[in-house]
Amino acid sequence: MTERLRVQDLSVHFRSERREVQVVHDLSFTLEAGRTLALVGESGSGKSVTSLALMGLLPPPPQSRTTGSALLEGRDGADLLGIPESRRRRLRGDRIAMIFQEPLTSLNPVHSVGAQLVEAIRSHRSVSRRAAWDRAEELLDEVGIPEPAARLASFPHELSGGMRQRVMIAIALALEPDVLIADEPTTALDVTVQAQILDLLRRVQERTGMAMLFITHDFGVVADIAHRTVVMYAGRMVEAGPTEDILRRPLMPYTSGLMASVPLLETAGTGRSELATIDGFVPDPAAPPAGCAFHPRCAHNRPGRCDVPPIAVEAPAPDRSIRCARWRELAEEVR
Amino acid sequence: MSETPMIRTVDLAQHFPIRKGLPGRPGAVVRAIDGVSIDIPRRQVVGLVGESGSGKSTFGRAVMALDPPTSGRVEFDGTDLSQLSRAALAPYRRRMQMVFQDPFSSLNPRMSVAETLGMPLRFREGGAGRSERRDRAAEMLEMVGLPRSYLDRFPHEFSGGQRQRIGIARALMTSPDFLMADEVVSALDVSVQAQVLNLFARLQREMELTMLFITHDLAVVGHVSDIVAVMYLGRIVEIAPTRALFSGPRHPYTEALLSAAPSPVPGGARKRIILEGDVPSPVNPPSGCPFRTRCPYAIAACAEDRPALAAVGPDHRSACIRTDLDLMPATGRRTEAALEGSPG
Ligand SMILES: Nc1ncnc2c1ncn2[C@@H]1O[C@H](COP(=O)(O)OP(=O)(O)OP(=O)(O)O)[C@@H](O)[C@H]1O
Ligand SMILES: Nc1ncnc2c1ncn2[C@@H]1O[C@H](COP(=O)(O)OP(=O)(O)OP(=O)(O)O)[C@@H](O)[C@H]1O
Ligand code: SF4
Ligand SMILES: [Mg+2]
Ligand SMILES: [Mg+2]
Repeated sequence: MTERLRVQDLSVHFRSERREVQVVHDLSFTLEAGRTLALVGESGSGKSVTSLALMGLLPPPPQSRTTGSALLEGRDGADLLGIPESRRRRLRGDRIAMIFQEPLTSLNPVHSVGAQLVEAIRSHRSVSRRAAWDRAEELLDEVGIPEPAARLASFPHELSGGMRQRVMIAIALALEPDVLIADEPTTALDVTVQAQILDLLRRVQERTGMAMLFITHDFGVVADIAHRTVVMYAGRMVEAGPTEDILRRPLMPYTSGLMASVPLLETAGTGRSELATIDGFVPDPAAPPAGCAFHPRCAHNRPGRCDVPPIAVEAPAPDRSIRCARWRELAEEVR
Repeated sequence: MSETPMIRTVDLAQHFPIRKGLPGRPGAVVRAIDGVSIDIPRRQVVGLVGESGSGKSTFGRAVMALDPPTSGRVEFDGTDLSQLSRAALAPYRRRMQMVFQDPFSSLNPRMSVAETLGMPLRFREGGAGRSERRDRAAEMLEMVGLPRSYLDRFPHEFSGGQRQRIGIARALMTSPDFLMADEVVSALDVSVQAQVLNLFARLQREMELTMLFITHDLAVVGHVSDIVAVMYLGRIVEIAPTRALFSGPRHPYTEALLSAAPSPVPGGARKRIILEGDVPSPVNPPSGCPFRTRCPYAIAACAEDRPALAAVGPDHRSACIRTDLDLMPATGRRTEAALEGSPG
């Protein structure tokens, strides 16, 4: 497998009222060509901050501080976190692109779809306006927008949510990036439109071989699109591995708890059984619990083991990682 | 079921004018709901599911008699609400309550929980006294799993899940018979969503509530409902007991919705039906069947008459003329015969 982006020990701190709060802790993962990695976790777990850090879109120091490395492989490879902003700006949109949850906030309301696509293309490639316009039409066609030539003249507010997200994807794909970061790109969409967009992303990936980081809080979407999955809790990776393995045999109590709390289509109408719940709330990043950040909510919490640092990351299998003090005994209990 | 349903809607329609008409030409209207006739039986939960803009909230508001309908009627416990004066409506209003996506966002941030919960009781005939309201508020807080010490706290001090519980407690203050819940778990994380869904299930059982549960999430609707109604472009296209609808959908739109809903059950690689295009505008809905422009099974006759919501099984109704189809259930396995029978 060809590596496209290797993220190592990514940490992000924010400064608030004289003190620094760490919201992402030593996160490491690798994106491979033609593969999708899902970053999954509840609200506030640090998913968006991770993607913004990789794109260099966080507030500048001292408001935020990013450490670690993110090596972009291949032609003019670089450490995204170590290069000056001018160089990063050249890579952004070209080698690494991003799509967001709400396309309206990232599309410019006063410019036509065509103008925005042409701008995206010409800011990185010296091609004629004419050629860029033709390419823009091709891109709209590729993302499944009917009558692409006519649609180039449309403004964002004239499009449905699904169409806007397609336009965002067209812009992101304009220069055939090696890496695409998608932050909850379907969360605001209806399920039938979500299915269209996931299908589109998959087809584009098959054709171009781009590596994808897909951020979501929905395990159903994870099962649908991701080859590998990283589960985040309170800014930390708590479990990672092939998606299929994680869904079949989650090892971290947080992962299994989350999965058990989702109602399933498969059991609809079979009587209202109690859903499993996780008591309590996600911790405030300014006051993280010691040891395993999940221990105050964990049914398997053992004082003296789970609430003392550090909890090491272990590898239950060559391609899996886990951060849980008791994973081994818990796995045996299940058996 | 011979018992009078708690709610019955008869040909209910809500049209919103969006442009002034020219002389001799009527103005454009949004047909937000268009001829909805369903029953919500006593002590049952009817789930209403459909995509954004399909008319779910409009239907919910019409049922609550918040907006007078363009045509048709809502009967509550056998009484036609549209025939009642404001004063005559008041006692019915107390018997029907609602909960929204974020009930606290519409509230006064300077009001404590006790004051907020007390509001629905203040204007009751005879008027409940302050201490009586406080006692009832404490009782309802405990009912939704919150300590009574929260009475003197303020909205900003609570998490999303806690706010939702308080919204539910407020709706229960008047001991309603009927509760309308519109997207009440949509903004919540799954672990919190599970807590709130369990709470609804318990309250519904203990207080024998009748409920209209509106959501766009199929798995949620499947979990909470006794009966599921599927809405498309302002019309009910299918309604059935939950199990029947999920295991044997009879409308192509229901099939598409079920197949598009992502499922985390591994290994069950389901066949996915990807619909083409977007939902048409409710200003200019297609002739005949509203779904025909996206339906994989549409035939010429689908453009002619609007299909009636007709019985296709016990308590199961569907508005599709292709009664010959064998559609795919939520689990995604369909019989061979059906695959041969489908065009395209
Ligand atoms: N600019 C900022 N300044 C200070 N804190 C921030 C900033 N942006 C995010 N945070 C904090 O960082 C943490 C992680 O936020 P993030 O947006 O990454 O969560 P998320 O996992 O994307 O959640 P969601 O599912 O709600 O989108 C949160 O506690 C958030 O409040
Ligand atoms: N007051 C109004 N004036 C004009 N049009 C309206 C009004 N209220 C609703 N509509 C339109 O009626 C249709 C149905 O809207 P409604 O809010 O009932 O849908 P919904 O199914 O609840 O959608 P969502 O899932 O997005 O909440 C939409 O096209 C909407 O734009
Ligand atoms: S009536 Fe025709 S167009 Fe409508 S859903 Fe049925 S098959 Fe499809
Ligand atoms: Mg986010
Ligand atoms: Mg609504």
